[in-house]
Amino acid sequence: MNGFAALLDALLFTPARLGKLRLMSEYFAATPDPERGWALAALTGELAFAEVKPAQIRDLVLSRVDAELFGWSYDFVGDLAETVSLIWPARPGANQVPALSEIIAELAAATRASAAARLERWLDALDPTGRWALLKLVTGGLRVGVSARLAKTALAERAQMPLDEIEALWHGLAPPYAELFAWLEGRGPRPEIAGKPTFHPLMLAQALEEGDLDALNAAAYRAEWKWDGIRVQLVARGGEMRLYSRSGDDISAAFPDILAAMAGEVVLDGELLVLRDGEVMSFNDLQQRLNRKIPSAKMLQDYPAWVRLYDLLEEEGADLRPLPFDERRRRLERWYAAAPRRRMDVSPLIRFAHWDELRALRDGARARGIEGLMLKRGDAPYLPGRPKGPWFKWKRGALTVDTVLMYAQRGHGKRSSFYSDYTFGAWRGGALVPVGKAYSGFTDAELKRLDRWVRDNTVERYGPVREVAPGLVLEIAFDSVHRSTRHKSGLAMRFPRVHRIRWDKPAAEADTVEALERLVT
Amino acid sequence: MRGRYILPAMPLAATWLKPTSKGLYCEPGDFYIDPAWPAPRAVITHGHGDHARANNKHVLGTPETLAIMQDRFGDAAGGSLQALTYGEAVELGGVRVRLVPAGHVLGSAQVVLEHQGTRIVVSGDYKRRPDPTCPPFEPQPCDVFVTEATFGLPVFRHPPDAQEIGRLLHSLRLFPERCHVVGVYALGKCQRLLALLRRAGYAEPVFIHGALQSMCAVYERFGVALGPLLPASGALRGDLAGRLVLAPPSAISDLWSRRLPDPVIAMASGWMRVKQRAKQRGVELPLVSSDHADWDELTGTMAELGADEIWVTHGAEEALIREASLKGLKARGLSLAGFEDEAE
Repeated sequence: MNGFAALLDALLFTPARLGKLRLMSEYFAATPDPERGWALAALTGELAFAEVKPAQIRDLVLSRVDAELFGWSYDFVGDLAETVSLIWPARPGANQVPALSEIIAELAAATRASAAARLERWLDALDPTGRWALLKLVTGGLRVGVSARLAKTALAERAQMPLDEIEALWHGLAPPYAELFAWLEGRGPRPEIAGKPTFHPLMLAQALEEGDLDALNAAAYRAEWKWDGIRVQLVARGGEMRLYSRSGDDISAAFPDILAAMAGEVVLDGELLVLRDGEVMSFNDLQQRLNRKIPSAKMLQDYPAWVRLYDLLEEEGADLRPLPFDERRRRLERWYAAAPRRRMDVSPLIRFAHWDELRALRDGARARGIEGLMLKRGDAPYLPGRPKGPWFKWKRGALTVDTVLMYAQRGHGKRSSFYSDYTFGAWRGGALVPVGKAYSGFTDAELKRLDRWVRDNTVERYGPVREVAPGLVLEIAFDSVHRSTRHKSGLAMRFPRVHRIRWDKPAAEADTVEALERLVT
Repeated sequence: MRGRYILPAMPLAATWLKPTSKGLYCEPGDFYIDPAWPAPRAVITHGHGDHARANNKHVLGTPETLAIMQDRFGDAAGGSLQALTYGEAVELGGVRVRLVPAGHVLGSAQVVLEHQGTRIVVSGDYKRRPDPTCPPFEPQPCDVFVTEATFGLPVFRHPPDAQEIGRLLHSLRLFPERCHVVGVYALGKCQRLLALLRRAGYAEPVFIHGALQSMCAVYERFGVALGPLLPASGALRGDLAGRLVLAPPSAISDLWSRRLPDPVIAMASGWMRVKQRAKQRGVELPLVSSDHADWDELTGTMAELGADEIWVTHGAEEALIREASLKGLKARGLSLAGFEDEAE
């Protein structure tokens, strides 16, 4: 457990992707099976046991520590797991330090109540970092800035193997992944996954740049709408059903309505949406469903999920990915026509002869609540990753708004000496109200100038944050804006980034909150 | 209260040592301990800025502390400087004054005051674990113990130094192409970290920020070996890859650090125990290392000395007073002005 705890601790503080990869890689190299396999399961969110509730942990600590002392400490530290890990009175030599695999095995067999009793024994045996990691683990949230994908990337880089290989295998494997490590280290065969409902790494599109179209032959491409949901993969194999996100996360439990509609032996690629009366709802509505690991009956009724199908990757055990898009499309339409599914339909192709026709459709996409267009070569096979050329995404134009810089925060890693994270506001009455945050969209030279401006115009400092005088207009580009109760302005932007820095524009001429409200979808 | 350590016991300690807005004032001796504003006569526990201030008329301190003050303040270190070595005694208006090692930084001292049968010990800042750069804390039985409380919460238990030095050396091996910059206070932490690194076998030159240089020289003058040091400011960017750089905390994540090649930002401080604090400062490698007593040292020292009364100053006073009352000890807070909450 100590090695795993040290890893989590280091991951928490290391901001850079490269640093995180190296930390994980080193851990996997230095740690034996099955310990490292359970660590991998914890990092990729594959563990399942009855989580211990914060109230149980609080009761436990108050049985060992004076309530008043605990109260002052908690006030100072601000995080329950961390306070408990630090304040827990040591009992040197009380117990042998447990291995992670031991902890997980016991938790899997425990009920919520008996887990708390075991917890006390482990807390006695561990040091503060070990206690912190244990408490994060048993309460079900590591939150060290590592996605499942990043953990798998560390494995892939260490073994000099493409990430897709690991993702394709992943859902056919179970912790502690001894056969996976054996294969990656050249000590064993590729694990057998035939017949298991595994994930097939997705083919992704490149963004279409201005001028790209001139070089492309319109007749070779097919066009589809780019629906404003999330890409998913539906897998029905050997009587088992799965719904995967584009990064290969299993989100089946969150969408029982979709799962119930699946049948047969197929692997499908599509867009997950919320549809009401045949109409696609905004991304914000889908977000309500995505936020829930297990939806309530009311959720299922209020936000009915739907999959709009783009592609057919496997049918009756046959891998269709090497076939050209046109052929896969033909089979998709045939499959759907033979037995139309509830909660699913096939995304239509858009007929066009010239790029100009599509240009006009793209310009009208926003009004129709569509994110843009997809262009796919009719003769291209389905290739995992983001190959250059066969697929393009052609997003609708961004919205822009003129805002005023209000707060700036220091960045992380290479940007830690720069004020690089900006909170901007719009006018309401005579005052500025924060409406969003942006971290990108400027060059290094612009960042230097922004940093100097922030330092020269600071009116107040709050730790790593500086409040600045209202004097700099940032033109923010964003994809869309929604109602939100989480923000003071009542608004939340999607994908905001700095579009232009308006050194020339007086702050008083920036936009109002009201103007932004008119853009809400 | 009756004094137990010197006969015969007479007046209450509180009648001759008083917390005032300027600091602790000893009336019969007519001097302040670590005054917050210039005083006619000051006894200084150690050289940190919130304890040793410039422009006192007469200053009493250990030779090391006086040297540190001269290094920092030059002629403003005091009108006249009187050195008192550890253990030596001096009489000031009927009060016997001794300075005893506090184990905090070079020259740091507890002030032991004896008057009319009562002994009061003012700890200044102190710690109980071994430090290669200064002699260890010497416990003095007393009637009144005036203790610091910088880390006076039970969440502060500093890990062994070797463990934290080990984490720094491990990171240097793991990221050999990056520079490691460690934020350290100029007096104490800087030199202790260097001494600990040398003990752990790190023999490479260490690059130091200009603001740390003269204090390192003071330490070396008093016989504390720090190994090879080079100025960070003159070094070429390429030369700093894989190297260790020490700098004041204010410089590690600000403009100065931009000269460093892809630095791992580390910080050596007891406050690094709290992850959120470390993250907030943009620290990538928090090293939990302090020159102050941690919770166990504070409470253990209170119990060990067995003073009739404990006065608690600068820090988390409430928790330490609560702990004292749970142990049946009599304690109260002084709420002295002028001490920085964050200082280490």
